[in-house]
Amino acid sequence: MNEKGRFGIHGGQYISETLMNELIKLEEAYEHYKNDPEFNAELTDLLNNYAGRPSLLYYAEKMTKDLGGAKIYLKREDLNHTGSHKINNVLGQALLAKKMGKTRLIAETGAGQHGVATATAAALLDMECEIFMGKEDTVRQALNVYRMELLGAKVNAVTTGTMTLKDAVNDAMREWSGRVADTHYCLGSVMGPHPFPTIVRDFQSVISKEARAQILEAEGKLPAAVIACVGGGSNSIGAFYNFIPDKEVELIGCEAGGRGVDTPETAATIATGSLGIFHGMKSYFCQDKYGQIAPVYSISAGLDYPGIGPEHAYLHDIGRAKYVPVTDEEAVCAFEYLSKTEGIIPAIESAHAVAQAIKIAKNYTPDQSIIICISGRGDKDVAAIARYRGVDLHD
Amino acid sequence: MSKNITNKISKAFDNANGKAFIAFITAGDPDADSTVKYILEMARTGADLIEIGIPFSDPTAEGVVIQDANIRALKGGMTTDGVFDIVKRVREESDIPLCFMTYANPVFHYGYDEFFSKCEKLGVDGIIVPDMPFEEKQEMEEPANAHNISVISMVSPTSEERIKNIAKDADGFIYVVSSMGVTGVRSEINTDLDSIIGHIREVTDTPCAIGFGISTPDQAKAMAAKSDGAIVGSAIVRIVAEHGKDAGKYLYDYVKSMKDAVLSV
Repeated sequence: MNEKGRFGIHGGQYISETLMNELIKLEEAYEHYKNDPEFNAELTDLLNNYAGRPSLLYYAEKMTKDLGGAKIYLKREDLNHTGSHKINNVLGQALLAKKMGKTRLIAETGAGQHGVATATAAALLDMECEIFMGKEDTVRQALNVYRMELLGAKVNAVTTGTMTLKDAVNDAMREWSGRVADTHYCLGSVMGPHPFPTIVRDFQSVISKEARAQILEAEGKLPAAVIACVGGGSNSIGAFYNFIPDKEVELIGCEAGGRGVDTPETAATIATGSLGIFHGMKSYFCQDKYGQIAPVYSISAGLDYPGIGPEHAYLHDIGRAKYVPVTDEEAVCAFEYLSKTEGIIPAIESAHAVAQAIKIAKNYTPDQSIIICISGRGDKDVAAIARYRGVDLHD
Repeated sequence: MSKNITNKISKAFDNANGKAFIAFITAGDPDADSTVKYILEMARTGADLIEIGIPFSDPTAEGVVIQDANIRALKGGMTTDGVFDIVKRVREESDIPLCFMTYANPVFHYGYDEFFSKCEKLGVDGIIVPDMPFEEKQEMEEPANAHNISVISMVSPTSEERIKNIAKDADGFIYVVSSMGVTGVRSEINTDLDSIIGHIREVTDTPCAIGFGISTPDQAKAMAAKSDGAIVGSAIVRIVAEHGKDAGKYLYDYVKSMKDAVLSV
């Protein structure tokens, strides 16, 4: 087995020969620039002065009192420019691509947050941009489609397969294999072939780097748990990463349970998936007995993905992180709860993490704390939640 | 080749001018009976090797024509075991060299050893897996070779200095990808294939066949002249898509024209 880009048995580079040299060049460029002071200074400047970092670690006092257990802290990635954690990775990759001489970015998107972030970085850095988005998702997240177009990107509605995130990844990969010379595939999650899971994790690890310092400042000690939602797993790996060596900190990833893990309408990979090879990586995937990738479902377009990043698969294997399914209904209730309790409307993705915190906060004592990663803001989801609740919105 | 594998792939290149016409078909499109019939028809018409596509839900190396065929086949209930059954029926009437073409996951999930042991028993000779590059192929190649199945290596327009390592370790034949991107009919092929094949020839005498984008007899002739054979997929799958269960006659005419072109080199 190739040891490159492995997390235990997971990861690797299961990708067409046409893309192999490009991945090797990307790895070489990344290995060079990640230690380049000038590159890092530029990236830090973009993160701080453009994206608005560091993001707040907010003490949710009302929620804490209401739940009656651990102190609840929210890591406010929703306050970043473009409204989610996606910008952390995109600014890093776009800058890297630019250094590599690329003039064009392509990306997949589910909820549209990664597409918006990529379109934003492309606008800022004067790059061409093309986004692949499942047709189903362009309907669920119509507002984000228009945002991307406003930012100057071309949005391709993908009509193959389930017309959701995995199909968007398929088409982005197909596009990239046809045009690598001027194009960087700005992959949005900690998935795909090596070196993407490592690059994206490194760029997202700013979340836990900040959060760890912030909680030590606020509480004088580490949190009892860090909770984040997991689709491919980029905000969660970012929120977990700098806590991994802190064995006493529980790491909890919340998968999209959809209509329940005992139904076929779920996207909970760890709960219902098995080992496989897909989208460039060995990891866990929702699939049938012949290895056909399952048509997964979640109310959340951003978590509606049949796999999980290889580092998460490894953290699961060694028991360092725990992965739990959260249903649509639980996530919607948490979406409404956080809105009413704290005046913060979270993305429906992030609401999966909020739901888990609501379930377990009382199992902890008031001298313990829990950090929830609010990976994005929920404006984009308001119409979908209204539909879910049977409310008819008129323009 | 130090792999010591016994199968029929070399027979595909062992004909009048040493050039092979290789035909691809998606198993189960439109149904198993048709696939059996079409494979036998193409074998009789003169195809030298048939690639049988095991349908996959997410064929990322395929253009729309073969993507759609995969979806039709899966919707029609085709499974990996169903494809094995197709091979069994073909082998009752033909000993044409056969390769599977599919993606890593259906094979991995079936279990490498069980999969290749069935291949050997049924007389499958090789397998082409576009998402199993040189760096990763060992996990599949060891169990495949143990059952006398060749794992076909691919070389692409971007392979550059990778070509020699890939070619040195290749067996069966080398699949030279003519163009960037995914499978599908192309009006022009602009890659410097002579240079790629030149690099391959420096290190091995394993036959090279060119695929991706070939649909016309002129293209087939030009590609076979540069290499040891031409591979055609989308153009055949398109005929099946158009004529469904009645594609036999059209496939005969098409394959005959392509085979004649390859023979005329």
